[in-house]
Amino acid sequence: MFENLLQLPKYRGLIQSLVARELKARYRGSVLGFFWSFVNPLLLLLVYTFVFAYVMTPAQSKEIPNFALFLFCGLLPWTWFQTSLVESSNILISGGNLIKKVMFPAEVLPIVTVLANLVHFLLGLPILLAFLIYFGRPIHASELVWFPLVVLVQLLLSVALALILSALTVHFRDIKDILANIMTLWFFATPIIYYWRFAPAPIQPYLDLNPFTHLAISYQEILYLDGDFGHWKWLLALTVGSGLLFLFAYFLFDRLRDSFAEEV
Amino acid sequence: MNAIELTNVTKVYRKYARRKQFATLKSALLKGSLIQDLQPEETFPALQGVSFSVPAGRTYAVIGRNGSGKSTALKLVAGITKPTTGTVKVKGRISALIELGAGFHPEISGRENVFINGIMLGLSKRDIGRRFDEIVEFAEMQDFIDAPVKTYSSGMYMRLGFAVAIHVDPDVLLVDEVLAVGDAGFTHKCLDKFGEFKRRGKTILLVTHSLDLVERFCDEALWLDSGRVRGSGDPKRVVGAYLTDVGKSEERELARAEGREVERRAGPSVPASAEEVPADVGDANAGPASPAAARKGGQDPAYAEDMTRKDEGRWGSREIEITGVTLKDAAGQASHIFQSGEPMSIHLSVRAHQLNSDFVFGIGVYNAEGVNCYGTNTDVENFTPEEIAGEGEVTFAIDALDLVEGTYKLDVAVHKRDGYPYDFHRLLYTFRVKSRIKEVGIYRPRHAWAFTPGIRLTRG
Repeated sequence: MFENLLQLPKYRGLIQSLVARELKARYRGSVLGFFWSFVNPLLLLLVYTFVFAYVMTPAQSKEIPNFALFLFCGLLPWTWFQTSLVESSNILISGGNLIKKVMFPAEVLPIVTVLANLVHFLLGLPILLAFLIYFGRPIHASELVWFPLVVLVQLLLSVALALILSALTVHFRDIKDILANIMTLWFFATPIIYYWRFAPAPIQPYLDLNPFTHLAISYQEILYLDGDFGHWKWLLALTVGSGLLFLFAYFLFDRLRDSFAEEV
Repeated sequence: MNAIELTNVTKVYRKYARRKQFATLKSALLKGSLIQDLQPEETFPALQGVSFSVPAGRTYAVIGRNGSGKSTALKLVAGITKPTTGTVKVKGRISALIELGAGFHPEISGRENVFINGIMLGLSKRDIGRRFDEIVEFAEMQDFIDAPVKTYSSGMYMRLGFAVAIHVDPDVLLVDEVLAVGDAGFTHKCLDKFGEFKRRGKTILLVTHSLDLVERFCDEALWLDSGRVRGSGDPKRVVGAYLTDVGKSEERELARAEGREVERRAGPSVPASAEEVPADVGDANAGPASPAAARKGGQDPAYAEDMTRKDEGRWGSREIEITGVTLKDAAGQASHIFQSGEPMSIHLSVRAHQLNSDFVFGIGVYNAEGVNCYGTNTDVENFTPEEIAGEGEVTFAIDALDLVEGTYKLDVAVHKRDGYPYDFHRLLYTFRVKSRIKEVGIYRPRHAWAFTPGIRLTRG
């Protein structure tokens, strides 16, 4: 397993060009092309702003000004997370030609999916930052230094889950159907469209069990909320947890690797 | 030094039972059989105890029938799948021409795909940049290289895939039946490229059905049959042994098919009613030119039409019956496969239930397209029937079967001189003519070429 894991850095050229291909292919043929990566989050943000400012005004919005902006701090990384997992659950099957016909390191495929979606996430950030500055949210350099770590932890967690899902879907095709529903449930189980402090006391411990809770809170604290970044202990714990999960995921993927060429 | 070495390799594929195809996560979880469902219920051995080694710099062919395990062997060498037991060792960089253009993305241009495909095959970006023009030129794609791959024809797609794979500069090249990717010119270019590889001391492992390529091009050949090695060594010898075996099994196949067919048609005989038998049987000398053409001025349309029937079958009154048809080769062995130009004889076992003095034996040969290649009968060849009684045998001997390679069907018949059928076997027997020369047409006249001294040719 470690032998294969150490090979991974050798594939960076391959991963790089596949990510570039993925991004190019996605917008090929559309008029706005790459610009969509900016426009999509912008439009989404405008829709949420309209909805939460005029259509429905949640009780929490009194405590949290610009509720749509708060929502967006969690939604943008969530979109990255969700899309990565849903896409990678099917990636070994759709990329079956590569696995069956060419000597190809299969783990590259889910990793490329997560990275391509990371790029979309990063392209959405300037929109978010522009709005944050426009609405005068306090952004402190002391908090921002944590931001790369949060992204990194989410990357590690996403890759780990993507490896597990992609490998298991080869054997159990149902996963990709179940997954869409699980992700919806997961979304509401994560404090993204509600402020975590307002969640009822009995469910607070359960929220803590959800790894994405800590990522969402980290993003919200760093980008949106006043005060210091108080969630760092949880973030460090999650870093360790994600690291361990990644090792387990790679182990599982490696064990199932030989079956891919036959089962895809 | 061996570039490729397989030692006692067995590859077992899983074969799931019907219900397993619908195994789902849900059912696996419900039954708690997650692990158990991952275990194969039935297995299928694609390769069994196969060992062979290819010394570096040799061109090695793997031949065998469909499903004999050739492609599995190639995939094992390529490292795409792992052997169930045994070891596979390969030295040097491998490039596998198994599926050309695997991994091309349809939405992006040929140019970008060449780069990505090259990286997948283990080249660096700089390597590809250096070889890019060569690749495009080889694929004959100069005009379309910037168009998205989805607009390519399948030939363009394959050519580009081939060009990239062959420019990877591998130490070991694996080729799986991919020479059919272009027109004759492109195929030549591919062969030239292989020749160049050979000269530069690279190892080539070739899986193909093109046997003359094996004989011309390879240093050694391996014959796989149902996952086992049947023979290896000198290509000419291995190909010869393989062809003999293929001939034998075709022979068995034809004999079995014929047995079934004749059995099925041999239902109860249909005696012709007395009214159908025409009173006037004169004008015998103007008889049918072929057993199927007993039309004499529409004298008796009822069975004249019968005899020109296109579909295979057996009919007739069975007053005289053909009880068996055997084709024999030069050595007098019953066979269904014959070499073009060699002797063949057709033996009809006949039985007359009563003494009879009005009978004609006929033979007709049709090719696979239903074209009548030859037809004759005893009547047109001026035999006058005198009597037949009891059992007998009719032999139709051909000195040289001068037909081109192909599958042929046989009509045999015994009928009255006016065409009234006793026993008519339409297209019930099949034989195959083999030839090492692939000429076209039907008939192969005995011939010789001659050239004046100014025209020089060599024969290979």
